Amino acid sequence: MRRVIEGSHAVAEAVRLARVQVTSAYPITPQTHIVEILSEYCEKGALKARFLRMESEHSCLAALIGAQLMGVRTFTATSSQGLAYMHELLHWAAGARLPIVMAEVNRALAPGWNIWTDQTDSLSQRDTGWIQLYCEDGQEVLDSTLLAFRLAETVNLPVMVVLDAFYLSHTYEPVDIPTEEEADRFLPPYAPRFRMDTAEPCSFGALVPPGDYMEMRHDMALAMEDALMQLVEIEGEFTRIFGRRHGPIEAIDCNDAEIILVTSGTITSTARLVVRTLRERGEKIGLLKIRLFRPFPAAILRETIGRAKKVAVIDRNCSFGAGGIFAQELRAALCNLDPRPLIYGYIAGLGGRDVTPEVIEEIYRRTQSTDRPEAEGVWIGLREAL
Amino acid sequence: MDAEITEREYMHSGHVGCPGCGATIAMRFFLKAMGEKTVLVLPACCWSIIAGSYPQSTLKIPVIHAAFETGGATASGVRAALDMLGDTETTVVTWAGDGGTFDIGFQSLSGAVERNEDFLYVCYDNEAYMNTGIQRSSSTPYGAWTTTTPGREWKKMRKKNIVEALVAHRIPYAATASIAFPEDLLRKAEKAKGIKGSRFLHIYASCPTGWRIPSEMSVKIARMAVQTNIFPLYEVEDGLRYTINHKPRGYLVREYFRHQGRFQHLTDRDLDEIQKMVNEDWELLLRKAGERV
Ligand SMILES: Cc1ncc(C[n+]2csc(CCOP(=O)(O)OP(=O)(O)O)c2C)c(N)n1
Ligand SMILES: [Mg+2]
Repeated sequence: MRRVIEGSHAVAEAVRLARVQVTSAYPITPQTHIVEILSEYCEKGALKARFLRMESEHSCLAALIGAQLMGVRTFTATSSQGLAYMHELLHWAAGARLPIVMAEVNRALAPGWNIWTDQTDSLSQRDTGWIQLYCEDGQEVLDSTLLAFRLAETVNLPVMVVLDAFYLSHTYEPVDIPTEEEADRFLPPYAPRFRMDTAEPCSFGALVPPGDYMEMRHDMALAMEDALMQLVEIEGEFTRIFGRRHGPIEAIDCNDAEIILVTSGTITSTARLVVRTLRERGEKIGLLKIRLFRPFPAAILRETIGRAKKVAVIDRNCSFGAGGIFAQELRAALCNLDPRPLIYGYIAGLGGRDVTPEVIEEIYRRTQSTDRPEAEGVWIGLREAL
Repeated sequence: MDAEITEREYMHSGHVGCPGCGATIAMRFFLKAMGEKTVLVLPACCWSIIAGSYPQSTLKIPVIHAAFETGGATASGVRAALDMLGDTETTVVTWAGDGGTFDIGFQSLSGAVERNEDFLYVCYDNEAYMNTGIQRSSSTPYGAWTTTTPGREWKKMRKKNIVEALVAHRIPYAATASIAFPEDLLRKAEKAKGIKGSRFLHIYASCPTGWRIPSEMSVKIARMAVQTNIFPLYEVEDGLRYTINHKPRGYLVREYFRHQGRFQHLTDRDLDEIQKMVNEDWELLLRKAGERV
């Protein structure tokens, strides 16, 4: 059924369809709509889950770690400061190989309180062992969330479904909502690989000496690598049932492109428009959207954009001292190719600043007119003096 | 009384507690009351080590090792999952040290108790961060040496009264217990097991290593703490009804302090000061229990 709903609502619909059993929440703008809808579903019985109203985000994730270890499906949602506060337990959830799913609404980090979109919060958690999916629109939010449970439970790693604050979380769009029967066909009930049980007492998470720790982390690394193929396979099944497919990446007009723009999140939608317009004017421009950030789909990227002359990455985030994070990752992925494209990194739209078609076109022109990148990350749209 | 304590053991031999470790004694007795339908949440503390290293386990019940400050929250999740799975029989127990309870885990504990989560939180109190090498916590008593309160910097603040903090939450059941009074400890554990909602047990657990006492003094020191009114045995129901379980004859605190290396620097004046504090706290407790007006 197609309905016009908010991005936040799309998350909640997917969580309902996934028949999550325990969910925890602590409020932070702009995540609030997600958990408000979920608490309503729980109250009305549309979702038969325990809804834990915790006293902090740290406790939200701790509670889910406890619950998932007992063998139930779990979900939480947060943003920005809340995600940063969870940091210790992000490592914990992944290290414990728990398929927890979280919706993370990209919001800028303080100080300077700023509730608007910015990817630095989720990207600074890139080494925690969570799979990360970045969404472009409401439909992709719903589909990614539903898929996240399947993927997480297949590889036993947690998944973060990431969506832009307001541009996506609070924007109404038509979204196709699957029926419960369809969703059940795609996502069977949770069958945990292991669970804590008084009938078979064991200890989980005890002291691990150097002689064992590394093997555990190697297993985790393998599972993370495997997640890419699993995503592709699971999406195949998703497509058969729902007729939709988003892929780890999406390439638009990349085959003959001389300059390829790389985007993630809602900037992609704007970039689609720019690319279409410029193509009509005969420019050899392409667009590559990255949806799957962890595991980083390096091999696919090498194949798709390795032959372009120039690649311009638009980062709505910054790793201070190293430029934009998507650009960094792309440089690392392409560095052993010969020949390889020049990677131009651009930082734009921090703290919710609008990335308009004009901004994107400026990035394109600048890439076109400079022989080599001017810096690791070129800041776009800065005001003269503050 | 002794006959009532089951012969069954829920702890294997071969744990790695120090000789005379009060925390180990506490666990052994406690589990006898709880039985096998128990899931243990274990935030970082000495017991994270005592419980054995991978792939072994000291205990015969499921143990979930948890992040230091998450005792209350992790248990909330475990309980929620059991509820969803229809298991109402299993008791969820958090077993944490004083640092994990009084300090870093206090928010998580307070949140869980405010929500009245159906679980039993046990704090075994050795009055410092012992796992990391005897650092001061807010449970460290006035006058104590620790590695972060050395020399003249011995702790000048009173020990936080954790039971009163929980009583302020109107917790259904809160009690103190001691390794030197096992019958009382077992009775309270059993009682707590039978109550719905949040329950809190505060167990005095001496630490020979950290307190600088000989290991054979462990239980004796624990008994003296009760007999001097330094650690009174009492319980509080619904945050209102106080019962004092043991009325000592009022031994002087001096005896208790004399035996412990961690207090050796204290002067007679300091000990007089401490005696006054202990008397004051005891009077306050008597008033709450309705035994003084
Ligand atoms: C967030 C965090 N900070 C610090 C530590 C290090 N740490 C582990 S156990 C411990 C001391 C625990 O003290 P307490 O709770 O009193 O238990 P005890 O060791 O005395 O039994 C500390 C500081 C940690 N594991 N996690
Ligand atoms: Mg301690």
